[in-house]
Formats: sequence, structure tokens, C-alpha cells
Amino acid sequence: MDQKTLRQVEKQCIQEEAPACQSACPLHVDVRTFVLKVGQGKWNDAWKVLDKTLPFPGILGRICHHPCQDACLRKDLGGSISMGALEKICVNQPKPRIRTIPMPKKNYTMAVVGENLSSLVAALELLRKGYGVTLFTFGDRLGGSLWDMKSLSREIIEKELTVLENLGLEQEKIQDKLDVSALLKHNFSAVYIGLDTRETESLVPGNRSNTPDLKTFSLGQKGIFAGGIPDEQGNLLPLNQAFQGRGAALSMERFVQGVSLTEGRGDEGPYPTRLFTNTDDIVSLPMALPASAEKRYTIDEAKAEAFRCIQCQCLECLKVCPYLAHYKGYPKKYAREIYNNATIVMGNHTANSMLNSCSLCGLCQEVCPENFSMTDVCLDARRDLVQRKKMPPSAHEFALQDMAFSNSDAFMLLRHAPDREKSRFAFFPGCQLAGSNPEHVIQTYSFLMNNWEKETGLMLQCCAAPAHWSGNEIKTSEAIGLLEESWQKMGEPHMILACSSCMDMFKKYLPQVTVSSLWEIMDQCEIPTDIPHATCKQTRQAMVIHDPCTTRYESGMQEAVRSLTSKLGIPFTELELSREKTQCCGFGGLMENANPAMAKKQLDQRINESELDFLTYCAMCRESLRGAGKSTAHLLDFIFPPVTDDENPGTRDKVGLSRSRDNRAQLKKNILERIWQETSKTRSDTRLFISPEVQEKLDQRRILHQDIRATIAHAQLSTEKQMQSLISGHFLASHRPFMVTFWVEYSPAETGYTIHNSYCHRMQIMGEHS
Amino acid sequence: MITNLGIEENKEWKCLACDELLKLDKVRIDYMNGSFTVMLPCCPKCGMALIPEEIALGKMLEVEKLLEDK
Repeated sequence: MDQKTLRQVEKQCIQEEAPACQSACPLHVDVRTFVLKVGQGKWNDAWKVLDKTLPFPGILGRICHHPCQDACLRKDLGGSISMGALEKICVNQPKPRIRTIPMPKKNYTMAVVGENLSSLVAALELLRKGYGVTLFTFGDRLGGSLWDMKSLSREIIEKELTVLENLGLEQEKIQDKLDVSALLKHNFSAVYIGLDTRETESLVPGNRSNTPDLKTFSLGQKGIFAGGIPDEQGNLLPLNQAFQGRGAALSMERFVQGVSLTEGRGDEGPYPTRLFTNTDDIVSLPMALPASAEKRYTIDEAKAEAFRCIQCQCLECLKVCPYLAHYKGYPKKYAREIYNNATIVMGNHTANSMLNSCSLCGLCQEVCPENFSMTDVCLDARRDLVQRKKMPPSAHEFALQDMAFSNSDAFMLLRHAPDREKSRFAFFPGCQLAGSNPEHVIQTYSFLMNNWEKETGLMLQCCAAPAHWSGNEIKTSEAIGLLEESWQKMGEPHMILACSSCMDMFKKYLPQVTVSSLWEIMDQCEIPTDIPHATCKQTRQAMVIHDPCTTRYESGMQEAVRSLTSKLGIPFTELELSREKTQCCGFGGLMENANPAMAKKQLDQRINESELDFLTYCAMCRESLRGAGKSTAHLLDFIFPPVTDDENPGTRDKVGLSRSRDNRAQLKKNILERIWQETSKTRSDTRLFISPEVQEKLDQRRILHQDIRATIAHAQLSTEKQMQSLISGHFLASHRPFMVTFWVEYSPAETGYTIHNSYCHRMQIMGEHS
Repeated sequence: MITNLGIEENKEWKCLACDELLKLDKVRIDYMNGSFTVMLPCCPKCGMALIPEEIALGKMLEVEKLLEDK
């Protein structure tokens, strides 16, 4: 991602956009923070917020016409926050000492004409920028129409205007006539004419009807600017006077710097904000009304009123994604961190874990008002890391090895239906269904041949999703190539997919392949609807459907699943986050591989969405949800229930990593035997006796039975490379078949080995006994 | 520099081949572009080193992650 792309990506996240109140204010007062501070009773902080953007806050705080109130999102939820009244009570509190760092003096002097508010603001802004300013006045006192305002006392006006003197304002009273053009020829670099001071009208060069440009406040003659003009309704509002004075001061600075007067000024003055704030769950609260006769708030009343502020922000994605919420920021910040992660030359890549932990599920994009896609940001970053050989090897290694296993002879299988020489359709169960419930694969395949189409072949292999998710484009392209080759060997059949991630991969990478989900096919067939065994009947209490995240925009598949569920007589309800708003189970995007703790967080949030048992139609979702302790059934559990087993299918144990591999290997053997009557040699693996507690550890550490067998076999070959415990007599062997060293604590059993413990690490012992 | 991992003197494991109780000794361990010398239980005769579980899953894992993010 280059800087330009980053900017575009960042722009899509609107969390940092100003709330409606701030963007409606010509001076962009940070109303949200101000109200927050008032609500907290932090008056000094509230004062400081006003002082930051409001010139002469003691004056404007009393007389502003608070256009923010009209924009307030509370407007229809009890009434807008009474910002005007809150400002007034704030500026009635003692003003704190506010330290400002003066800008270095610049070598230009500006002329400002007039003593009304716009001129005073222009002068103040220029002084603060470090310019010398001479104020040309007609009368003896500064303030003009401010003196006519009831809410402003002499004391307040004089006190607030002392800042000009403190900043070094020079004053000159116009004695007779003032030639504006002559000022430019003398010492002044630019001139401001405050048209809110009536006497200045005659000073406007050229035609008397000459009015300033409303964006730049230029009068069309080089170096001469003007402001302080009434609005379309003829009102001269103090806030607008101040805005025009400030805008003109910026133009004068740009003029002396020789830069564009217009560039990048789109957001000056009131503008419609892009910030989205969801008010669906905001309860209407009535305005706090002042009880006193003067209708002024007491401190407590002000705090109560401020408490009603919604504190507008977006964060729609964080509300539904525990991953995005975890890093304490929001997508705009994350995109920047990921960009920095890619561009650092020295130091740690601190965002690696973040960019590898996203499930790439697309929910953020679905709920984002601006379609921000964390999936695109993270996937792009992963591809970049892989390409530059900076991807942490541990992040996706296991998943890629698992993919290699599925694409090896141990699992891969291409077959036309028995006694058929071609396949109009081909069933593609995917690795996860095969791993978690191989019997379902055999039953489903038989069902399809009997009920859908006799010429339905079978394809066992991986769809390349792990490689795609890992950002490894070479491995993705190899696995996709293999998939395409298999499909061609099968005679380019219409694919029937049991897994929505496989469906996603086919659609992304092999758009020429016609695909249907197993569920849409089954929904068109007669399915056995009488669930035979008792427990299944008992479980016909309402379930909630968990849609896999890769079905987000597969409404046909989602509908078919609901139709099948109804036909099976299972009452069901919907999760709040379902269909296009469904949440990932924590496996997607290899989240669980790269960050198991994050996957757990994701799962915990998901399973707590409903007390009811879950029903899903993705083998991996079933495995993850069950692993998190949630009773979760797979749709096939009800279509092909075991005849005798009374167990609730939802509480069947998760399969785990080792059994998933064993199941895949076993499936190939069994399906060849049962469907094609082909027998193959039975592999006789050394038997391992592993308690459930140890097995749980092995799964967490991603240690497979094959790793354990290899480690013991290695130790048996070279007996000297073992240790023995003087306490338990157990043996401890280690083996490094690839970038990982496995340690296995075991003892021989009668027909194999008892495994007491196993762990692994990636560091390698180089020199021993040095 | 030798990094002390805080491993206590081993009283449990012996080298099967040499029949020697493992004793703490200096061992070089590498990962990616990192190399460290640490004190690990080793066979005083053949030098075979043991990486205890708590080290593999604790400090060593931390360092592995740091090196992967370099």
C-alpha cells in the first residue's frame, strides 16, 4: 500500500470526522468534548475547549447563536443539547490560566481596518500566527456593535480584548481618509477591511458593490481582503463575523506565503459531516430546564443537561467485531499502523499480530456506512509480508501443512460414480467435513447419487482457502491450479459444495466452474424427515442458526438451510447477527492459527448471543463452537442421524486436529471400500494412549499424533538421544522434522505407548556443551 | 552474553545413553536471525540438552515471537 492508497483507505473510516454539532459551527468548536467536560463538572477543561477554537471566548460564549443545536442528533430524542446555555454558564465560571506557545514573529505586518468583531478576530488570528498587526480604527474604543449587546458588560468586553494588546497589537486612529491601496505600497503586506464597521464601506476599492469572495474573502484586488458581511437574510451574526475574520486572516497568510488561496479549504465553515452515529438504541431524554427565574442553569442543571449528550461517534464495526474492539482503536488507526508496519526499516513489526488476527469475515464492511474493509487491508498486508519474506513463520504454518496433507495422496481422490465414465456433477465435501465427520461424507455422497443424479462424481481435496487466507499467493495459485486440474480431469462437472468457504474460493479463483451449495441441492430432493432416535426428537426444541461467515452474501444457501431445517421439523430462531451480518466462528482468515486467544474472544462473544443450542452448516464452525463449550449441531446430524446413538448431536465432542487428519485418511480408505469396493492396505500405526487432558494440550499446541509417532520412532532409532526420569521412569525424546522441535514424554505400553506430555518450540539447539 | 533462564539444577532427568544426571551448562540456541547462549540442563558427557516445558512455552515462545516480528 502506498501513501496515496493509505489516504484513500483512511478516508473511508469516518470515526475521526467531526460530529454534526462541530461541523455545523462556523468556527468548528469541539462541542462534543466541551459538553463532556461540562457533564463531568470539569469547568477549567471546558473553558480550555472553548478557548481552543473560539476567539474571545468570554464574548462569543455569551452571544453565539449556537447553530450546533439545530444539527444536534438529540433533537428528536428529547431535544437538542442546550449548548448556548452551557456555554454561558461555562464562561461565567472563573477563567483558568491557559498557556499558549506564541508563534515565532514573522517579518510581515498586516493592516486591519475597523473596530468591529470581524476586524478584531482577523487581528487576533494574525497576531497569533506571529504577524505584526496595525489596527486602523474610526472610533476610540474597540468592539463596535458588541457594546450594544445586553449580555455583554463593559468589564467583559474590555477584559476579553486585552489579549490583543498583550500580543502586541498596534492601533492607529484614522484621522481623515485612509487609502487602502497606499497601505499596500507602504509597510503592509496585506489589508483586511472589516465591513461590519460601517465607516469602512467607502474604503472598498473599485465598485462600491464589490463584495468579498465567500471562501477566500478576497476583494479581487491583490492583497486586499474583507469580511463582516451579513448573511442571506441580512443578519450580521457574531459567529459569522468571527468566521469571516478568521477566514480572511488565513487568506492573508496564504497571500504573503504565495500559496493557493483556495486549496484544501473545503471544510471551512459549516459543512455536512460524514460521521455516522447510530441512534437506534438511544433513549429519548427530556431537556434539563433551568428552574431559576432568570432561566440560567445551576451547575447541577448544566451537568444534567450535558449528561444527555450522545457523544456522537460511529464505531459500528467495533460493536460487532471483538477483534476490531480489542486493539483499542478503529479501522483508520489500524490502517495507519499496518501501513507503518510495512514501511519500517528497523525495529519490530508491531502490527504483525493484528493483521494476522483478522478473520477476514467481511462483517466490518457490511456494517460500515462507508464500506471500509479490514479484510482488504489485512489480506493485502499479509500478501506483502509473505512476498517480502517477513511473515512470521508460526502464524500460518500449521494450516498450510494441513492443506498440503489434504492435497496429498493421503486424502486426495477423484472418482466418477461407480460404473460411470463421466460426472455431470461432482461432490466436493472439503477438508473440514471430511475431518470432522467422514461418515457424513459417505452418506451425503450416496444420497446425492441416489436422489440427485447418478452421474455424480467425488472430489476429495483442499479448496486452497488456507493459502488464500495466509496471503501466500504462490501456494494459493499452486493449490488453485491443482483444483482446476482435478475439475478438468473429472470432465468439468457442476460442483456441489458442502462448505461455504470452498464455495467462496471457487467463485473467487475459478469463476468458470458452475457451483451449487449442497444445501440448495438437498433442498430440491426428498430428504428423510423422520429423525429416528429419541434424543434428536428431544432436541427439537428451538435452535438458533449460525450462518458461516463465508455465506454472508449467499442468501440462496441461507434460505435453503432454513427450508431444510423447517422440513426436518426443527423449530429455529435467528441470531441478532445472522445472514449478511453473521459473525465468524474464529477459524476464518486463520484467526485461530495466528492468535488463538483472539479466536476464543470471538467465540465467547458469539456463543453468548443466545442461550439456545446452535445449528450450523459448516463443519469448521461446528468444531469451533463446540470447542468453546456450546452445544452445536451440524445440519447433517439431523439429515443422517445415527440409528442407535442417543447422544444429542450438539454435545458430541469436537474432533480435534489429530483426529481430523486421521479421519480424512480413513475416509479415503473407507469410501473406496464401501462405494467402489476397492480395498487398500490398512496402515498400522503405532497405538498411542492419550488421556483427554493431554489430548486437549496437544490440540492447543498443534501437536499431531504423527508428530508424536515420528518423535518416538526417531528416539527408537537412536536410543542415545533420549532422557529418562529418575522419578517416574518416563522417557523424554525430542525430534525436529521441520522448523519445530517436538518433545514427547512417554512410556511403553503393552500395545503401543502412553503419552504423558508433549510440547514444542521453534528455537533450535545449535551447540551443546560449548 | 549468557542469558539465565532461571532453571534450577536438574534432579530428575538423566541421559539414557550416558547414564549421567543432566547438569546446567552453556548452550547456544538459534532462531531466525537471533542467537543466544543460555544455561540448560545438559548431559555432562555427550552434551545432549533438555529444554524444559516451562521454558519452551514461556520465555522461549516470547523470544520466538519477538524474532519473528523483527
